[in-house]
Amino acid sequence: MLRLEARPEASKLWGYASPVLALILTVGVGVAIFMALGKDPVRGLQMFFWEPVKSAYALGELMVKATPLLVIALGLGICFRSNVWNIGAEGQFVMGAVAAGGVALLADKDTGRWVVLAIVLAGILGGMLWAGWVALLRDKFNANEILVSLMLVYVADMVLSYLVYGPWKDPAGYNFPQTKTFASVTQIPRLMSGSRVSVGLLIALAGVGLSWVFLFRTRAGFAQQVGGLAPAAARYAGFSSRKALWVALLVSGGAAGLAGALEVAGPMGQLTPYVPAGYGFAAIIVAYVGRLHPVGMVFSAVLMSMFYIGGELAQSRLGLPKSITGVFQGLLLFSLLACDTLVAYRLRWLSGRA
Amino acid sequence: METYALLMAATLNAGTVLALAALGLLINEKAGIVNLGAEGLMLCAAIAGFATVVHTGNDLLGFAAGMGAGAVLAAVFGLLVIWLGTNQYATGLALSLFGVGFSAFAGIGYVQEKLPPRVPFEVPFLADIPWMGPALFRQHPLVYGAVALAGGLIWFLYRTRTGLVLRSVGESPESAHALGYNVRRIRFAAVVAGGALCGLAGAYISVIYTPLWVEGMVAGKGWIALALTTFATWRPARVLLGAYLFGGVTMLQFHLQSTGVDVPSQLLTALPYMATIVVLALISRNPAWIRVNMPTSLGKPFQPGS
Repeated sequence: MLRLEARPEASKLWGYASPVLALILTVGVGVAIFMALGKDPVRGLQMFFWEPVKSAYALGELMVKATPLLVIALGLGICFRSNVWNIGAEGQFVMGAVAAGGVALLADKDTGRWVVLAIVLAGILGGMLWAGWVALLRDKFNANEILVSLMLVYVADMVLSYLVYGPWKDPAGYNFPQTKTFASVTQIPRLMSGSRVSVGLLIALAGVGLSWVFLFRTRAGFAQQVGGLAPAAARYAGFSSRKALWVALLVSGGAAGLAGALEVAGPMGQLTPYVPAGYGFAAIIVAYVGRLHPVGMVFSAVLMSMFYIGGELAQSRLGLPKSITGVFQGLLLFSLLACDTLVAYRLRWLSGRA
Repeated sequence: METYALLMAATLNAGTVLALAALGLLINEKAGIVNLGAEGLMLCAAIAGFATVVHTGNDLLGFAAGMGAGAVLAAVFGLLVIWLGTNQYATGLALSLFGVGFSAFAGIGYVQEKLPPRVPFEVPFLADIPWMGPALFRQHPLVYGAVALAGGLIWFLYRTRTGLVLRSVGESPESAHALGYNVRRIRFAAVVAGGALCGLAGAYISVIYTPLWVEGMVAGKGWIALALTTFATWRPARVLLGAYLFGGVTMLQFHLQSTGVDVPSQLLTALPYMATIVVLALISRNPAWIRVNMPTSLGKPFQPGS
């Protein structure tokens, strides 16, 4: 029979191989789903893995979707490494978008270019505020951060809904629940013409560097992770667990808020009830598949972006529901967690009963 | 007066969803396992139950399908966390994300479907009592089923040997293992049973409570049920009480919306979620109290011989 045997130390090889194996498993299930639905699996896989990379324009769109995922995941990486379970990044993303949108609405055609900076800052603060509630309730009231952060996602959605159906609704918008389109001066600067890729991508890549330096080259980043791995050791070393909690939540909330600002002042250009697109939840998967490592998350953010674009294409060209994206995302995380067993254990065939 | 009777009835109905799910999660947690996948699991069960009733017209088969879907998904979760030792939080989260996507994917053809009309159930004689009748005795049988389940669970957990073993597995798996109990198998059984109950709750939402299928229709009830076990400090009777309390908050929100109070409807919709946060904060405020009542090994993996 098959038996798991603990390895003397974690396998480096499987640390890298496990996400790849998980992807292979997910693709395998994907092929099975396509065949079960009577679709050509080769065409199906094309939508996910070839169409998003086949032209410069497509690659640009891939980056547009990967940017918010990467920005949020970078924050969550620091958070999860500190053993703080913020799963409400979606809500912090929405509040970042709301705060950024509020500033963008104040701008008109005479406003200076500086307003972009104000929008981005407002987004970060909005996300921090929303995550700050989680930190406060955990710190002062010992309330479970998983449940509080998740409940706040629903509340954030309602705040957005109230604003776009109520005070912020565009009076000239034929009663559609949306704000007026932001003045063009609020647009996050694009990198080149003919593509929607903005400086957001550069911010995300700078975030990769910053997050790497913080985690692996600063004392504060080290303290943050010790608290996550061994709380007792952290206490002994005099690292404050309260500080780690606040840092983890404010950083991840700020990152999610930043992503919200980049989205709303970038591709969206106005607030609508469709701001929450599930990026905050998908970023949890990005963070895990990227091994909570800033560089790994670049790859997983691109992969997850492929899932999004592939899902949209599968809908328009193959007539499959777009929600297939969610199925693949969930499957990927599931397979990854299962494959990760191989990092700490090895499989052994034993004859007879053990 | 009549309005309040109906409000009361609606409260019990809404509370039943939460009670079924939270009692299922309680069984998990008493054995030491936290299943954050409740929301996704309930969604999959909701579509499984709804689709079954659309095709067969039989509610009981719908409930069975929901329970089956819940049990299967919980079994996958159980295999991962119990035998492969994966992180319970991350695995539960994966189940939730998968369930949201999968139910939307599977349910796409059922969005416009309607269920056949059914005869309301009335308890003989009692249903005719003025006020009390409409408030308490014109409910779906599962509403009483949830109460019976809570009672049965109290008896099972605190009065039977199997219940004692289940609790010991959640408190001190090492001791249970040393006494010769198969900790992993017991935990697995608890996870599957809890998943089946969450599945029943999911099917109840789509078949009886709402009755229709909308993407994401569980709307956080799985997460509120998870919070309920903490509110109730892991006692079945308090879980039931808490479920009705939250059912009441949900219904109060609908009631206020329909009476047209001058409050934004979004604030009212957000009420149950905000109430969850507030109650969670108040209950958790005393860490010692939580520590005394919480199953000691909750969320901790157990591998025999390690």
